[in-house]
Amino acid sequence: MVNLGNDEIVKYPFLAEAGKYLSDKGFSLDQFGTDPDLRKIVDSAFERITIASEGRIFKPDLSSDNSSLPLEIFSFLIAVILLKLSGMNTLIRRFSLAEARRAEKFLEKDLINNQDAMKAKLSLQILHELFSVTVQRVDQEFRILVRDYLKHSINFHEREWKLINRKVIDGKVHLTPHETVRLVRKELDRHIYTKINSSSSPEMIPGFENYVDKLKQLAKKFEVRTVESTEYPPCIKHAIEVLEKGENLPHSGRFLLATFLLNKGQTVEQIAPLFKNAPDYNPKVTIYQLNQLSGKSGTTEYKCPSCEKVEGQDLCFRASTCGTIINPLQFGRKRV
Amino acid sequence: MNVKDVTLLEDTFKKFYFEHFDLLHVPDNPNQREFGYQKFNGGMNRHISLKSDKELHLLLMQNKPSDVYCSNARYTFPNLPMAEKDWKNAELIFDIDAKDLRNEYPKDSTLIKCSECDTVSPLADVCPNCQSTKLSFTTLTCDDCIKSTKDEVVKLTKILTEDLGIHEESIKIFFSGNEGFHIYAPNSEYEQVGSKERAEIADYIMFRGCIPETFGFKKFNMNKSSLPKFEDEGWNGRLAKHLYGKKSNRSKISQEIISGGYALFQKRLEDYRESIGIKIDPNVTQDIHRIFRLPGSINSKSGLTKIFVEDLKKFDPYVDACLIDDEEIEVVANCPIKFSLKNKKFGPYNNEQISIPKFAVVYMMCKGIASSV
Repeated sequence: MVNLGNDEIVKYPFLAEAGKYLSDKGFSLDQFGTDPDLRKIVDSAFERITIASEGRIFKPDLSSDNSSLPLEIFSFLIAVILLKLSGMNTLIRRFSLAEARRAEKFLEKDLINNQDAMKAKLSLQILHELFSVTVQRVDQEFRILVRDYLKHSINFHEREWKLINRKVIDGKVHLTPHETVRLVRKELDRHIYTKINSSSSPEMIPGFENYVDKLKQLAKKFEVRTVESTEYPPCIKHAIEVLEKGENLPHSGRFLLATFLLNKGQTVEQIAPLFKNAPDYNPKVTIYQLNQLSGKSGTTEYKCPSCEKVEGQDLCFRASTCGTIINPLQFGRKRV
Repeated sequence: MNVKDVTLLEDTFKKFYFEHFDLLHVPDNPNQREFGYQKFNGGMNRHISLKSDKELHLLLMQNKPSDVYCSNARYTFPNLPMAEKDWKNAELIFDIDAKDLRNEYPKDSTLIKCSECDTVSPLADVCPNCQSTKLSFTTLTCDDCIKSTKDEVVKLTKILTEDLGIHEESIKIFFSGNEGFHIYAPNSEYEQVGSKERAEIADYIMFRGCIPETFGFKKFNMNKSSLPKFEDEGWNGRLAKHLYGKKSNRSKISQEIISGGYALFQKRLEDYRESIGIKIDPNVTQDIHRIFRLPGSINSKSGLTKIFVEDLKKFDPYVDACLIDDEEIEVVANCPIKFSLKNKKFGPYNNEQISIPKFAVVYMMCKGIASSV
């Protein structure tokens, strides 16, 4: 595993073993609840969470003297404890993402650190050990095996991350330092989130109650309520129209229509009659296929394809009513 | 297909297999592969496990299949239902088929069959007999079609080696047995790659989903745009060659493109997909549970064999993959256009009884334009 010095743990605090780190430094959790001198650390931890919940990145003060180093690390570790005590998943999600973005900035800086070879090496090591990405540096450019690149990039919806929009030479994707680090943001986020979630939940620490109550209040702000219209998106309307006219809807169109309706909660029996006008209609085959898609016959429940996929199959009839949806299932969904 | 024709084809295929066991082998790791077969007029039998060439040959002799398949994937339990097979990895395979390359059917090599009155006639928009528009299209031997698929295979091979880093010597090209080629990249680092990732590779090869920024177009600072150069590697270089024709045109043409604006360039990039994108079938590449026609087996759509292509340039599928014997047989042929097999010309036949070599009989029966006497 990666060997970390104090200044590395400040940048990547999620790599530290929380309990061990605190006890190594001679502290117990209870002390943070009772010792007035340690209160500023708990305040800082609380602030770290609230800043993260607003989508901003916590900026540590690295310019001050060395005594500030444990404060930054402690504030992360205590923030994790506060989050666990609050049990507010929405805050843990927001915190993980903000911490991932914070670490991303350091990772990027370290990757191109020409002065300190150790820092550059460590950042490559983090990418390799945490995310199984082997990065080769050539001047200011970073090269990643296409296979490794795809493993991460398929999680992105932005077109710039498609392989076709990358410089690909001899089995490697060429990336800037920023892109290299951005590539693993989701995994970094997931890594932090999993680490927080899998850590054991402590008993309430005397002195933390107030912070935890405030976090519970804070989480309420982020509850999202949505309403959904019953109208179908244009691609689905088109597919139904084609079938109603008795024209041939390609396999991909039938897949789209069936998975959309299944995902919306309709039953195989409700959907099957839609296909009765298809030129090659066979009721037995239709029911068999729908059962397969619904997961009734197999173990896989097929998901409605993304808008990008639908577009690639020439089945997209995007209208202004679609807005910025990335999956037909999101059509007509509004936050209230 | 009528019983007499089925018997003739089954017996012919069986004889062929018996005499050509040397062509039919199970692939590496046979006990991890899923095999399947179809019978004439029958459905698909899959989830079969075979451990050796002997077991494969026995299957061919016992079942007289019309088509034989084998997975590119390796599984822990290949004979269990799909969800329980435990997928391990799969060879990366591309399919280039003449039907995906053409915008219209080749006039001299296509015939139509009317779904209303069963009349078979040369290519037309309506049935000349009953004016119906419910037609099915059948393409016979077409040298131009094969030439264009070969060109695509060459372009694909270049991208696989230069861009995706696959060793040229590891790429294996097979004639599919009908109108196209299957390109295998076995033992590559892509074997572990899943379906979504393979879809991305397919899009890359097809030049699908690109944005102007990839080619140096700056949306909000158009004057600072710098379009690709002739000598660039990858798609940049290929696009540059397509756009400029020659190196000296770069400045003029790239200026024209930039002043045309972002939206127009985006539209043009989508159009270029048709001309420079490789026309693979993306569904084949991204399907990691597919069973592919087994090399050495006969394709029942044509009676030609799926065969390894050693020299693509010299390869002539209508000679090299036409391996059925030339014993003369009498049939009733209804083929209003000419075709050529093993360097011999056949047709047109106007629903008449003729005596021709078996390989041509099988070809026409498979295409549905000949029947036993």
